[in-house]
Amino acid sequence: MNAPQLDALVASAPEGVEFDDLSVSGEGPYTVSIAGDSHEVDEPGLREVAGENPWFVSNWYYWTRVVGAGGARYDFLRWVERADERDVSERYEALSTGVSRTWGQLLITAELGEDGKRRYALRHVENAEESGLEPYDDPLDARELVKHDDRGRYRPLSTAPTLPTGWEFPDLSGEDLVRAVDFVYPATVANWHRERQGELDVTHFRETAERQSGIYEIVSQLSVEELEAAAEACCVDSQCLKRRMWDEDEETELDVDRGSGEFPCREPCSLFITAARKFVTLGREETRAYEFELTPTEKEQVEGIVDAVAEGRVEEVREADLNEGANRYRARYLRARRMTEEGLSGTPTYPEDQER
Amino acid sequence: MQALVIVGHGSHLNPGSSAPTFSHADTIRETGVFDEVREAFWKEEPSFREVLRTLESDEVYVVPLFISEGYFTERVIPRELRLEGWDASAWDSPDGVSATHATLRASDVEKAVHYCGPVGTHDAMSDVIVRRAETVTGDPEVGEGFGLAVVGHGTERNANSAKAIEYHAERLREAGRFDEVRALFMDEEPEVDDVTEHFESTNIVVVPLFIADGFHTREDIPEDMGLTDDYREGYEVPTEVDGHRIWYSGAVGTEALMADVVLERAAEAGADVGESIERIRAGDAGVAGD
Ligand code: SF4
Repeated sequence: MNAPQLDALVASAPEGVEFDDLSVSGEGPYTVSIAGDSHEVDEPGLREVAGENPWFVSNWYYWTRVVGAGGARYDFLRWVERADERDVSERYEALSTGVSRTWGQLLITAELGEDGKRRYALRHVENAEESGLEPYDDPLDARELVKHDDRGRYRPLSTAPTLPTGWEFPDLSGEDLVRAVDFVYPATVANWHRERQGELDVTHFRETAERQSGIYEIVSQLSVEELEAAAEACCVDSQCLKRRMWDEDEETELDVDRGSGEFPCREPCSLFITAARKFVTLGREETRAYEFELTPTEKEQVEGIVDAVAEGRVEEVREADLNEGANRYRARYLRARRMTEEGLSGTPTYPEDQER
Repeated sequence: MQALVIVGHGSHLNPGSSAPTFSHADTIRETGVFDEVREAFWKEEPSFREVLRTLESDEVYVVPLFISEGYFTERVIPRELRLEGWDASAWDSPDGVSATHATLRASDVEKAVHYCGPVGTHDAMSDVIVRRAETVTGDPEVGEGFGLAVVGHGTERNANSAKAIEYHAERLREAGRFDEVRALFMDEEPEVDDVTEHFESTNIVVVPLFIADGFHTREDIPEDMGLTDDYREGYEVPTEVDGHRIWYSGAVGTEALMADVVLERAAEAGADVGESIERIRAGDAGVAGD
């Protein structure tokens, strides 16, 4: 607490202060109550009582004057320091060594700053214990920082669990923290806040599909079975950290795990719609019977390759691990042995074209 | 409080596609005239669907970083922003190049949304094309002895896309600074492939009216014009083709002065932009371009 904070408290008394276990009212004499302990005091007395409880004053000042009560940012910053779980003393105690929360793959740490204000640090959860990270202070830098994953690949979906590591914002104000989080995971704070207010507006798949135009118009043709498979392909925790709150429509829940993310997904995203469009065109094809010659191990190898690609494990398969079906030498060997110009096992994809 | 939202196309495949939107937003942020400046995209995040809810301001100016009126600006963007009662006639642009702005409400937020016409059809865009020609030639006086080609995509889904190109070509021709001015296209006549046949001037500045540098501006157009056989090998500026010297500029949308057009659009819709337009014109409001 500092002098201006104390002055602000005295000045606010006439209109009444009521915040986190601190209440002050009156125009002198004043009624001041801190953590249930109530006094009738004159102004020097008010200053004295407040001076003995500096945390309560700085806490009031921080939340009402620095952050500004109400709204998504306020709610989010309160959540970060677990304001609804701990009283002021417990919180200040915890903040003196740092309180951490995860938000997707982000680790947010709140600490006490100057005069009871807060300072926030932001980094990848995997870098929790690390020092020597690349430091940043401008939230705008987050846009470029998260554009590529650690393998250098472009991340078109912000909430894919591929957030790059190695950077940190060591000292952000509350406002800048929320801006940085919003650049990393756009609109997640706003939608999380709406959800907590019981006001999350969910647009389900059918409604989203109906709205599409141009080349995306066809996504409404996706059957419910295909939609289930699409959600399983794109929206589960291993692919996206949002918690899927949309379903086929209001009545028809999808039988796919929603995910355990902190923040909700309120509508199929543009990447999902783009994928859905492809899935519709795939679904238009009739199946055919093909006859292949493969050994049992080769069949398992094909399955292993599909699995490895689907799980994003291809890069992990060791160069010399010949027991892995998705090993490159094994895949090349399979291709050399079983694939000809006609296709797998010499079976043409379109036999009718061959006959012509 | 007033906010500016610059809406761009973005891409799921090309990370550079959002770069001009970011850089113009940064330039405007530095002027400090808006309480909030936000980018939003069709194919990236924040999406058009979510951007308005991330703002605290109740007056929002939305400027599309698109070249022409048509499918995206008249249909996709207003629909995705949930602009209630939107109708393209609100822009009063029967010729497809005269859109101004319309004030509407979005159905998911309590805000007034001033929806502006695209940057590409604003008169100030002609100045950006000229600035681009100055930048690529390194000559602030460029004009005499030079031909200027304004290049567009040409017909696809949007008939208005050619109109924006022709509109600026006509304005620039009337301004008389360049010896010759032509509108050329990738996919319709007159084609950019035959650029040298359309000019008598030895020096030709070629400015593609595209927002971001990508496949078309980096690969197709340089190859089509014969600047290089393979874009990966690059090309010189200028490059000699059939006895002409071609000064190829890349996408006009990456020019720093574009931020000025965005501000012009917002100001015309009622935003208080102070002196910022003059400052950007004078080139002292931060850096942009990519
Ligand atoms: S639609 Fe699926 S992939 Fe897209 S943001 Fe929501 S949960 Fe993630």
